[in-house]
Amino acid sequence: MWKPKTLSLFPLRNWFKYRKDFLLVWLLRGLSAIAGIVILLILGFLLREALPVLEEVGITAFFRDDSWNPGEKSYNLVPMIWGTGLTMMGAVLLATPLGIVSALFCHYYAPMPIASLYRRLIELLAGIPSVVYGFWGLVVLVPLINRLHPPGTSLLAGIAVLTLMILPTITLVADASFAKVPPEYLMGAAAMGLSSWGTIWQIVIPSAKSGLFTGVILETGRAIGETMAVLMVCGNVVQTPDSIFDPVRTLTANIALEMAYALDNHRSALFVSGLLLLGVIIVLAIAAELVDREAS
Amino acid sequence: MNLSGLKMIRQNQYGLDKVISLFFWLVPLIVTSLFIWILGDIIRGGIGQLNWAFLTTAPLDTGRQGGIAPILVSTLLILGVCLAVSLPIGIGTAILLAEFTPNHNWFGRLVRRSLDVLAGVPSIVFGLFGNAFFAKTLGLGFSILSGGLTLACMVLPILIRATETGLSAVPQEYRLSSASLGISRTSTLWHLLLPAATPGLLVGLVLGIGRAIAETAALIFTSGYVDRMPTSLLDSGRSLSIHIFDLSMNVTGGDANAYGSALVLILILLLINAIASYLSGKYSKTLKV
Repeated sequence: MWKPKTLSLFPLRNWFKYRKDFLLVWLLRGLSAIAGIVILLILGFLLREALPVLEEVGITAFFRDDSWNPGEKSYNLVPMIWGTGLTMMGAVLLATPLGIVSALFCHYYAPMPIASLYRRLIELLAGIPSVVYGFWGLVVLVPLINRLHPPGTSLLAGIAVLTLMILPTITLVADASFAKVPPEYLMGAAAMGLSSWGTIWQIVIPSAKSGLFTGVILETGRAIGETMAVLMVCGNVVQTPDSIFDPVRTLTANIALEMAYALDNHRSALFVSGLLLLGVIIVLAIAAELVDREAS
Repeated sequence: MNLSGLKMIRQNQYGLDKVISLFFWLVPLIVTSLFIWILGDIIRGGIGQLNWAFLTTAPLDTGRQGGIAPILVSTLLILGVCLAVSLPIGIGTAILLAEFTPNHNWFGRLVRRSLDVLAGVPSIVFGLFGNAFFAKTLGLGFSILSGGLTLACMVLPILIRATETGLSAVPQEYRLSSASLGISRTSTLWHLLLPAATPGLLVGLVLGIGRAIAETAALIFTSGYVDRMPTSLLDSGRSLSIHIFDLSMNVTGGDANAYGSALVLILILLLINAIASYLSGKYSKTLKV
């Protein structure tokens, strides 16, 4: 994208011809510094709160202890990591094809009015608060699953609600990247007599690949970080699930459930899981950056 | 382009293609019906609760009875604190990034990069941070102030991105002619650029409000659970989203009022969404000129 280089229009000596310009720039720099430093503050404070327990029991305790029982000085996070990982994987595996198909539908199958209506609907889905998804899951979905296989609050319920929540993310990103596919490609494909599915599968999807990757990374981050909805429908039993109908507890739900009464090392252990979440998000952000750089 | 792609593809439909395009209609149909299911359920469950008394009375019996007046007030106060802090920082940062920073400036790149990461941070992590920093270290406790400040950190990336987009849509001629007239950059910004970028600013504002009102996880350990009418910003106050969560998870028999509160929340968000799309519609029209 072409961006005007504003600064070059104003050589430095003219820049501060006006005293107020000088003041303005430094004021703005100060405000930007605050905005830029928030993420460092978050990292710093999570570290500060997490350090006591890390120093006392070490990192390995969080993966090797017998169970999650902070009162008894057991800090095994593995069941919660499974909980987060499985709900995330299930939701991403479901939402990715659904979202890509939705975006393709908007671009190549639906007539204009229907496409824009559907886009608006997806945007509305994106705006529904997670607590409302959770509430709906709790009063509608969980009883349904309960009839199928008790107890109802389960990994399956979590995956279902999470899929709905991350679907808009992948759909909107995929939609934007399909919009960037050069029309010449499509004309070329038509001229060669390719079928419509052939055009999509061999021309459209490969040329939108990097955008789709970015979408998957974004939805993964959203799925890992989601708290309220999974907290309300997953049952929150600390266990590694054997089936899709077993209740699970995610890392985020664990924090939300126990922060209210956690003290000392227990509280500190919850900050360790927050740090773990933040770490994963930073890795995902770097991955997104790399995909972006690869593309350009 | 979109239309031409559509035409291109439709001209040659072979046998298998018909089946596949059927599938392409099926998925949106399912998604749409799920959306209607969710929304319909909330409306059906909440419409009976929704009346003037529900909006103007205090909750009784831990929320099973009564209304949501103090909760609405707390929500508004939290939102007010959030905006009072995030708007100046957000708009200032956006102006610096869009107007006063060349593309390869290290400072600008650093700020952008850190905002990208900030945008992806899970809300519960914001909650942990708010609890450790605002509530504990700064000693604000569980209060509307803590909650609002935590939300301010959260909406910053959204505000900044929208404002920056709005500013970069202002034609370069504005800056050039103003510079050639020898007008200071401050005056250019104040009298030309900001007025021209107002739609972008408003879209950012509306999106930020939407995100802040929908938020729950970041508020549980910062603004707290107390459902009384707040008397100062240092009081704990329960937001609407936390009220829904509490009623449905911790209060047996609270579902009816949870439905009512969910409907109120959805209606507020739909209104905000409508304003945003109206503004961005206006916005894209000015862009095309």
